[in-house]
Amino acid sequence: MTVTNTADARGPQPTGRAPAAIALRGVHKSFGSVQAVHGIDLDITSGEIVAFLGPNGAGKTSTIDIILGLSQPTAGTVAVYGMPPREAIARGLVSAVMQTGGLLKDLTVAETCEYTASLFYHPRPVAEVLTRAGISSIADRRVVRCSGGEQQRLRFAMALLPDPELLVLDEPTTGMDVEGRREFWAAIRQDAAKGRTVLFATHYLEEADDYADRIILVRHGKIVADGTASEIKALAAGRTVRATLPDPDLARLSGIPGADQVEVRGDTVLIHATNSDAVARYLLTSTPARDLEIISRGIEDAFIALTSDDSETISTGASQ
Amino acid sequence: MTAPVAIPDLTTRRAPGLGGFNLTVLKLEVRRMLRNRRTLLFTMVTPIVLFLIFGLNKAYADQTDGRGNVSAFIMISMALYGAVLATTSGGAMVAVERVQGWSRQLRITPLSPVAYIVIKVLTAMVLGAASVAAVYIVGALVGKPSMPVSLWITTGLSVWIGSLIFAAFGLFMGYLLPSENVPQILGFALLLFSFGGGLFIPLNQFPHALQTLAEYTPLYGLNQLVHAPLHGGSVHAAWVANAVVWLVIFAGGAVWRFRKDTARV
Repeated sequence: MTVTNTADARGPQPTGRAPAAIALRGVHKSFGSVQAVHGIDLDITSGEIVAFLGPNGAGKTSTIDIILGLSQPTAGTVAVYGMPPREAIARGLVSAVMQTGGLLKDLTVAETCEYTASLFYHPRPVAEVLTRAGISSIADRRVVRCSGGEQQRLRFAMALLPDPELLVLDEPTTGMDVEGRREFWAAIRQDAAKGRTVLFATHYLEEADDYADRIILVRHGKIVADGTASEIKALAAGRTVRATLPDPDLARLSGIPGADQVEVRGDTVLIHATNSDAVARYLLTSTPARDLEIISRGIEDAFIALTSDDSETISTGASQ
Repeated sequence: MTAPVAIPDLTTRRAPGLGGFNLTVLKLEVRRMLRNRRTLLFTMVTPIVLFLIFGLNKAYADQTDGRGNVSAFIMISMALYGAVLATTSGGAMVAVERVQGWSRQLRITPLSPVAYIVIKVLTAMVLGAASVAAVYIVGALVGKPSMPVSLWITTGLSVWIGSLIFAAFGLFMGYLLPSENVPQILGFALLLFSFGGGLFIPLNQFPHALQTLAEYTPLYGLNQLVHAPLHGGSVHAAWVANAVVWLVIFAGGAVWRFRKDTARV
């Protein structure tokens, strides 16, 4: 478990014989002057179910596009099973469920799968993937008449056709109702039980917590935390000390025993600490800090705090 | 995090041959086009109606024209009009597919961009063949057009093969104009080209300056070429040049826009 602002928190995984499902090294992506991805290093090994968790605009979709070869990184390298993404896709190793669009309105559900299946070297039977996605009963329905949830399960069925080693889902349940979301995840979970590697982007904490073995928090195009769901949750165990402190000395504050994350916003310092009493004592006795507050965060707040730079979100925690 | 499970066997994983091109896709693409009533009405019914209006007129229909009659001449013109409507619409389907995100979806399958273009052109040519056949069948049923049987075949094939130029035009415009209304815009452009090519009104009835201008429009060369077997005269180099230059422009434009598109999406 790491919480860091510097790149390459995990370092390369020991590979053995099998190449990593996904290996990103120093990946940057900019659109004009906008930096969407700001230095991501990432290794995902076979069999992991990984959530890419972050707010809208954190760079999740840009990173996924790079993994799928839909866009080229401005800098850095990407390998999927040791090959360029395009080749991994041509071999049916990787498939994806995108957020929206990507369906022809004038085909039926079964025809859409038949079309997609014909493009692969050795696809699974159409009837099988329709069953696994739970849409056999609407096989002859035109895509234009399918609900958002049904269309999403059709995209899932299409993604199952090559029997991929790696399944990438970009915000797969956006726009679905609670029932649709639960059914969709039930289908994914049933499928992933067979050992498929899954990477999904989401901004729902609950989805990441319920379905991922590993959660990667992204913010401003960088990985800010990477660990198991319980490790990420442990972040919430600490408290945040907030105080007004002109000209703070970042190095000294980071050195306070018990402080594990320091953030400075103008004259305000925010120190996340496992021992908030020690931090508060230090600030009040050894620095000119004033207006001190100790905030305990819920799990939800921990995620919001980690993935957002909107200071108002933190104050929703109860002050002591 | 779970421990790494079985190492995936990558050796059994292969890319499809021919960049993913296959007949199942062609079949489904043709089926999609047949479901599109607006396109069908536009490309099949319009040329038939125009033939029935202009091709059966008692005033001139039976007059001799080369190795046949004027009604046959008009039937060839209307078949050409139908064929270019069909192939242009077929090529322009890429515009709709880009708007609906299907082009992007295909990029996460093994289908190569070149194989996709080949499928689009072949689909357009199937619709073009249907449009030519529809006009010729109606012509045969009403019995007015007269020319040797061999000319029905050679002119029909010339029209169909020549309409390939407009499959390229449709693709070019489909990539250039990302809108679901592209077919309607192109319908208007083709109407202008058809007047310029002399499909509706003989060019010698235009003022001289307009005639000269018309000889540079995209349907002029093709229209002269497809009627050449009927007239039995020599084939002018200018007609061939017109057709070849426009093919190069449309195909070049399509390749240019297509490359920009695949680099961007």
